[in-house]
Parts: sequence; C-alpha cells; structure tokens
Amino acid sequence: MLPFPHLFADTASSGLVSLGTVDDLVIGVYFAFVLGIGFYLKHFADTGEEFFLAGREMTAWIAGLAFISANLGALELLGWAGNTYEYGIMAAHWYWIGAIPAMIFLGLIMMPFYYISKTHSVPGYLLLRFGPAARSLSAVTFAFMTVLMSGINMFSMAKVMEVVLGWNFDFSIWMSAITVGLYVGLGGLLSAIFNEVLQFMLIWFGAFLIPLLGLIECGGWQGMIDRIKQNLPMTHPDAPNLDYTHMWRVMGNANDNAMGMHWTGIVFGLGSVLAMGYWTTDFLVVQRVLTAKDLRAAKMAPIIGAAFKMFVPFIVILPGLLGMALLNFPLYPENQVGPGHLHPDGHSYNEVLPLMLARYCGPGLLGLGITALLAGFMSGMAGNVTAFSTVWTYDIYRPFKPDATDAHYVAIGRWSTIIGIIISVATAYIVPRFPSIMDYVQALFSFFIAPLFGTVLLGMLWKRATGYGGFLGLLAGVLSSIGMFTWVEFDHDTAIQYVALSPSASGMAENMYSALWSGLICVAVTVIVSLLTPARPDRELVGLVKACTDIPPEGDYPLIHRPAFWATIVGVVCVILNIIFW
Amino acid sequence: MKEHHVSIWFLIGLQLALFGVLISGAGIYGYLVPPPPEQQTVLGNLHAAIWWGAIMLVLGIFYAVKFRPGNKIE
Repeated sequence: MLPFPHLFADTASSGLVSLGTVDDLVIGVYFAFVLGIGFYLKHFADTGEEFFLAGREMTAWIAGLAFISANLGALELLGWAGNTYEYGIMAAHWYWIGAIPAMIFLGLIMMPFYYISKTHSVPGYLLLRFGPAARSLSAVTFAFMTVLMSGINMFSMAKVMEVVLGWNFDFSIWMSAITVGLYVGLGGLLSAIFNEVLQFMLIWFGAFLIPLLGLIECGGWQGMIDRIKQNLPMTHPDAPNLDYTHMWRVMGNANDNAMGMHWTGIVFGLGSVLAMGYWTTDFLVVQRVLTAKDLRAAKMAPIIGAAFKMFVPFIVILPGLLGMALLNFPLYPENQVGPGHLHPDGHSYNEVLPLMLARYCGPGLLGLGITALLAGFMSGMAGNVTAFSTVWTYDIYRPFKPDATDAHYVAIGRWSTIIGIIISVATAYIVPRFPSIMDYVQALFSFFIAPLFGTVLLGMLWKRATGYGGFLGLLAGVLSSIGMFTWVEFDHDTAIQYVALSPSASGMAENMYSALWSGLICVAVTVIVSLLTPARPDRELVGLVKACTDIPPEGDYPLIHRPAFWATIVGVVCVILNIIFW
Repeated sequence: MKEHHVSIWFLIGLQLALFGVLISGAGIYGYLVPPPPEQQTVLGNLHAAIWWGAIMLVLGIFYAVKFRPGNKIE
C-alpha cells in the first residue's frame, strides 16, 4: 500500500480542504485495491488478446461501464461543473445531445463492423477498409496526441491536487504515474477495465451526495432557480440579464446565451459531427467496447453506457448550478485567480465541485469524494496509456516486424505502457514552461475527430469508398481544420464570423462549427476521389461494409435482450429530459 | 486450462463494504463526539456519513456475497 498521501504534502494546510485520518484510510484502501488488482490480474494477461483486448470476454455491463468510465475522468467532472457555473445549464448539451445520440449510433450502426472485422483498433479498421496510408496517418497522430494528452491530464491533476489538498506537485505526478504504470503494465486492458468500473462506482457514491444535499438546502429545484437568479449580479456581473437555467429556449440567437452559440452549432456541430466523431472513432473509448464477449454485448455496451451517461449531469451539472445558487462569493476564470492575478485570493470556476464537496462532506465522506477524483484522474490516464500501447504495438510497430510471436507483441505492449507513461510525465513537466502547449495539443486532437468520423462512417456505410478516397478525404478534413484554426488565431475578428457564423462566438462555438466544416470537407473529398478511382471488389469488403456484410438479426432474442429496444428507451428518455429543461 | 479470475462485482462489493464501515464509523463518531462549530459542515445535522456509509455497507455486502468466488452468477 502507498503511504498516506497527505503526509507527503509540503503545504498541507494551504489546500481548499484538509483531510483527516479516516479520509487518509479511505484513500489508502483505494490504492491498495488498485495495485492489488494489477498484481492479481497479471496472471490473466499473458496473450496479446488478453493484454490488449481483455480476452474479449467482458459482459455488456462491464464493457459499457468501462466505456463511459474511460471518459468520466476527474477533469471532466471538475471542468463541466465549472463550465456550468460559467455558462449555466446549457453545459448539459454536452451530455444529452453531445453524447447520447452518438453512443446509440455507435452501438446500433458502427459497432457491428468494428466487432465483426475483429480489428484490434480503430486505425486497424482503417487498414482493413482503406489500406496502410489511412491507417498510418490515423495511428501516428492518435498515438502522439494520446500520450501528450495523458501528460496534460497529469499536469492538470497535479495542479488540482495542489489547489484542493495542498499536495506537492511532484508527489502527485509520480504517485499517479507509478500506480497507473504498475496496474496497466501488469494487467493490461483487463486491469484498466476492472479499475474503471471500480472508479465508476466510486464517482457516483462520492459525488451523489452533493446534489442531494444541495437541493435540500435550496428547498428544491425551484428554490435553486430563484437563488440563481437572485445571485446573478454577483456571480455574473458582466451578463446578469441572460438566462442560465434553460437549455434550448436561449439558443435562437447567439447573443441570448452566455456561450454565444446558435442552436445550429449545438445540433450540427456538436451533436452531428464532434460528438459522433469522439464517441464512435476515438479509440480510447471504442477499445473498451471491443472487449465485449459477443456481438450482442458489443452492441449493448454503448447503450448501457448511454443510459448512465444520461444521468451524469445530476452529479456534474447540478453541482455547478448549486454553486451559483449557494456560494456567497463569486468564482472567476482560471487565468484571473492566484498570486499576481486580478483575484489573488479568489477561486476559479473549476473549483466549484471541490467547494461544494467541502461544504457538505465531513470526515470519511470527504475522503470518498477525493478518492473519486483521484480514481477519475488515474483511470483517465490508464485509458490513454492502454489505447496508446495497443495502437503503438499493432498499428505502428507490427508493420515493421510482422512475423514476431504473440509473446513478443505483449512484451512490446508492456514496454510501450512504461514508455507512454514516461513521455506523459515529461509532458507534464514541460507544460508549466510552455502553457500554450495545452491549448495547442487539445486543438490538435480535435483536428482529427470530425474528419476521422467522416472517413470511418463512409467506410462502413458506402461500399464505393476507395482507399485513395478514404486517405485523401481524411487528410483534407484534417488540413482544413488546421487551416480554420490558424485563420482564427491570426485574424480572429474577420475569421470568426465566417467560421462560427457570429462575430461574438465563443471558443466553444468556433470548435463546433470548425468540426462541422472539416467533417463536410472530408466527406466531399472522399466521395469525389472515390468516384474517380477504381472500387474494391465486394468480396474484399465482407465484414467491413454494410452492403457486403450479413449482420446477425436481433429478432431471435426476446425483446428485453435486444439492443434496439433499449436504444429506443434511452433515446425517448433523452428527448423527455431535453423537453423538461427546454 | 487457465483458471477464471474473480468477478469484478465481488471486488466492488468488498470495496464498498470496507468504505461503508469506515464512513459510517466516522459518522457515528461525529454524532457521539460532535466537532467544534467551525469544523461542522452545512447540513451536518442530517449526519449523511452515517446513512450514506450504511447504504454502501449493505450494497457492498450484497455484491460481495452474490458474486463471491465459486458462486456461478454473472
């Protein structure tokens, strides 16, 4: 077991909260479990199939919870609670329109091809469908960006722990790196998935009390809304007249909401392209579903994930709203707080969740909440590292050494896990010297999401799409995305009104529209080039394209075991939630 | 033939039960020996740690027993 972490803090009393002995015990038990699972599962991760794909024996429930958990990191919790304080309930769009439809689409439409083709990865699917050029472009960029993102997440975690608990920066970095390195290096994806499901439970138990007690303190939902409106001159002095408590009715005009976003940006940019791209082609999340034990489980897993994802706003969005209603001091943007800034003693938007945690949680419960955050950080890191080691081993290394033994690839997977973590740690230490690297890496990551979705979707649904079409379409989409980003960087005022259709658009709105345009460009180029180049024969597309593949029908299963049935229920509940909070 | 690993739900049950004991124990201690006013949390009078810890303990025991090694359910 690791020593109790807060004993290693050099500024333990300077954090937002301070932990007691019981809290230390809770955190210590968590670390003992995580490491114990890694050592225990080492014996079950001997072959490539076991190490990289958890033996493809996960039930729909486990694959589904790991699928959602890989995305439900601590930065997501803290960030979206903070975004809610800043923009209001509109932040819930990133769940109900920005996740649920895409997850259902993945389960019903795309998963059969990933699963039947027996690919190890998303770049692996591109190899089978479009050839080595598209695979290499996708694999190299994904691997590179994934370890950089892991490092940035590690840096953010250490900063959060410094602010919230007063933990030493170096201690947080090395504690998380060694822990994740051990449990992933030993037990591979199986160990990562076990810990992700464990983390999922911890996050719900650790965070659920905040909205529950918050609503009790406010006197119910209406009491919270009334307090938010009453507090707006304090919490949002620049825009106190905007509506922060409705999702759709404020989106008819970009100037009517705090995000500066028109509804078309949310529906077409976020819902139709960006979210679809992330949830259906980002290997970090798709890898979890590939571990399902059969096709039905692979289709059900994203739908189970969607059912839970639909209620995550309760533990993320609601605490942000409760912060607006209950905190008797304003929060500020990240770059305005801290020594030497406009509000040296103030708190940032991203601290709203820890502030609410400290408000309600005493000894024991506080440790549980902090454990949930730690678990979220580490499983996010583990997700990046497992995806990196798989893509590195199968899609980058194996083409150069195609005839090696299975044991050799497992060894490469273990080494790439360690190397991936070392690069992540190095990145975490580089970030403070070049803060803009965070913005650029996140932007770079987003450059690939929308075009990759266009490429994979056409690959699965249009048999006429060719290798040249797929590769050049992907390349054109990525380059156009980079072009729009650069244009906005250098000539913001002119570019933003063309890219995001509004001179007052926020950075988020820019991302939405940029994704939409780059996705459309990718599709257009893929179609044109494909029509000009020779098609592949149908027999080569079996298992890869809808028109050439016999997908086993669901009709043989009882209704309650059919993915389409549960997808319909999840979809209907999601629509109802949107109407309730319209 | 390779043995099968224990169910993940069993491990989750164990962890929830352990956390339940620690948290409800801390809650009961806080009830018997109330902290000074400056250390009390908002709505501390509801003693959330006691009942939340108890819920975790009961759920944890349920999962640990139902999915214990050797019990063929999943």
